[in-house]
Amino acid sequence: MDFGNILINAFGELISPTTAAYALAALGLAVHFGYSGLLNFGQAGFMAVGAYGYAISTLTFNAPLPVAVLVAILASVVFAIVLGIPTLRLRADYLAIVTIAAAEIIRYIVTTNGLTDVTGSANGLAAFEGGFFSLNPFSPGTYNVGPLAMNERDLWIRIVGWTVVIVACLVVWLLMRSPWGRVLKGIREDENAVRSLGKNVYAYKMQALVIGGVLGSLAGIIFTLPRGAVQPANYATELTFFLYTCLLLGGMATVLGPVIGAMIFWVVLSLTQGLLYGAIEIGAITFLSNSQAGQLRYILVGVALMLLMVFRPQGVLGNKKELAFA
Amino acid sequence: MLGLLLLVLVGAPAAQAFTHPPAHAMSATAVHQQTPTSVQAQEFDNRISGVLRGVDGPIADVTVTATGNGFDGEATSGPNGAWSIGVPEQGTYEVAIDEETLPEGIALAEGQENPREVTFANTSSASTLFLFGEGIVAQQTPFLETLAERALAGFSFGLLLALSAVGLSLIFGTTGLTNFAHGEMVTLGAVLAFAFAAMGLPIAVSIVLAVVGGGLLGYVQDAGLWKPLRRRGTGLVPMMIVSIGLALALRYIIQFFFGGATQQLPGSQSPIIDLGSVSISRNNLTSLVVSLVIILVVAFLLLRTRIGKATRAVADNPALAAASGIDVDRVIRIVWVIGGMLAALGGVLWAYYRPGVSYNMGQQILLLIFAGVTLGGLGTVFGALVGSIIVGLFVEISTIWLEADLKYVGALLILILVLLFRPQGILGRRERIG
Repeated sequence: MDFGNILINAFGELISPTTAAYALAALGLAVHFGYSGLLNFGQAGFMAVGAYGYAISTLTFNAPLPVAVLVAILASVVFAIVLGIPTLRLRADYLAIVTIAAAEIIRYIVTTNGLTDVTGSANGLAAFEGGFFSLNPFSPGTYNVGPLAMNERDLWIRIVGWTVVIVACLVVWLLMRSPWGRVLKGIREDENAVRSLGKNVYAYKMQALVIGGVLGSLAGIIFTLPRGAVQPANYATELTFFLYTCLLLGGMATVLGPVIGAMIFWVVLSLTQGLLYGAIEIGAITFLSNSQAGQLRYILVGVALMLLMVFRPQGVLGNKKELAFA
Repeated sequence: MLGLLLLVLVGAPAAQAFTHPPAHAMSATAVHQQTPTSVQAQEFDNRISGVLRGVDGPIADVTVTATGNGFDGEATSGPNGAWSIGVPEQGTYEVAIDEETLPEGIALAEGQENPREVTFANTSSASTLFLFGEGIVAQQTPFLETLAERALAGFSFGLLLALSAVGLSLIFGTTGLTNFAHGEMVTLGAVLAFAFAAMGLPIAVSIVLAVVGGGLLGYVQDAGLWKPLRRRGTGLVPMMIVSIGLALALRYIIQFFFGGATQQLPGSQSPIIDLGSVSISRNNLTSLVVSLVIILVVAFLLLRTRIGKATRAVADNPALAAASGIDVDRVIRIVWVIGGMLAALGGVLWAYYRPGVSYNMGQQILLLIFAGVTLGGLGTVFGALVGSIIVGLFVEISTIWLEADLKYVGALLILILVLLFRPQGILGRRERIG
């Protein structure tokens, strides 16, 4: 068992583009759930809309990069509005069920064989990342980031991904300390009180849903770019639940919470995988197969989500007074 | 194995020769004008073929011609009605039947083009089907029959959904919890039944044990998790998220022991039973009857027994029920046990319906269960029943028009539409939607 290697892998997860995508999507959830009290269980759907919006406009319509990103963002805005119209007037658990159903509808539609020409059905789409990597200013070669060695593509996607995360954090931070953000927090605490002050609660909720959804769709793009492929199986409901775990780990009504939560989530997954596989390799654990070790990690995720919710719902950074629920 | 393969290879030309005796007979007389069709077919890699079949069976000795791309080909259908014309290149050909060679009393069905154009679609063979007489168009069964068949299957599916949905709805009604781990309770039923059957127990005993196991899981869940959380005064939304964590943990625990593969319960293949013009597989019919009986029993318990009345009282207003001397915690415990048992039975039936047992099978219908519960009205037991049946019917009937891989989409769409127009559901009351 090579502890150095395990630690380096864990450090790699800290800055990996997948972590950036999770951080961004969880930040969107923070806007929804942490700041506005909207229980969106369809963030995986927003990510799928972003990823497919980008991939389809690139592949089917040959759109250049900015247009493709714009299409992805617009698609998620439309998705948020379509979702929000019937549900934002209803109680939290209705919104949860509708958003999770909508996300599954998206996944079924991109999986269906009838649309193979456009969506690639279960195999998904590939080879749409050319436009992004052609903008890469780094010349081919090996770059060292701390103990990690990576090629110019890895470096480029990490820089872009984390820049987007930082910008999004700034935007959310500024929004939430603005008067608009204060109204939003007011809605979270007591919707009727805010309504009695003459605010249009419905419109505020809709705006929050759109903003968080756009963050989710950007996260979808960042998630697919390093893979060079988008596949429907990646956008199942589990993704949303993992994002909630990240959000609750870090603290749901904070800006940096989701980012730190995503980092902890992936570092812990990487460490446990490294340690378990290492222990199996040297024969210290004989009662587990490698795939069982993989499942053990996700059992831990589920248990962690339960324990967090019961014992520390405010997360690592959060303030117990700022919870979306009593 | 190799011998068998050889036999098939050797047998193939012989069979071909046998199917085209008229072609040979014809070519023998006209050997100078035209190449025999069977030779032609071997000469060219690409072929156009089809089978002529009338109401009474195959139609032999009919001349079919193909013209196009500067080529003329002709073939005669064999005793099994099959014909095949080899053509030099892929492309579009005009294929025609010589109607004069058709046997007496047989004519092309209405609307059948003759001649017609046949185009190769990047494969070395193209086929076209000529339909004869009126009755033969009913390759597809009449619409009403298809509808009745789908509706029966949908009813069976809806009732098995209702088993799980009634449990979910009871739990929601008495505790307010939207239980995302209900799908795993469904899975556990099927997995336990499979495990007991694999240990050599008869399937009926295995199913009963699985249902008992489901009830046990319900009991343990409430005793170990939900009751302490209620004591702490945990809110509904945190409880919902806890149930998601539980769902993830249970799903991967099941996968940990069961593996990722799909297994079959004993007797998963069953014969088709004809009921008049409608046919249904025996398993689906059994499932329909079993779930109907169980649901009637649950309905009877709820309406007529003391504990049933207490349950409805708690669902209506827990505080008032407690004040009038009902032990609310005991009622909730019983609801969890019954909910677990119903979900486990639903899981076994779902395993027969799909068919197959897998670690994520419950998750696949969780949203349909939610759709049924929401459609009928959150927290109302009979609403859950009605809603689930509607969802089941909708899922199965929509396959007449929708592709099979989209069949759940329709059900989820009605869920959203119902919330848009009647958020309290079909049997729900306005006050519940908050």
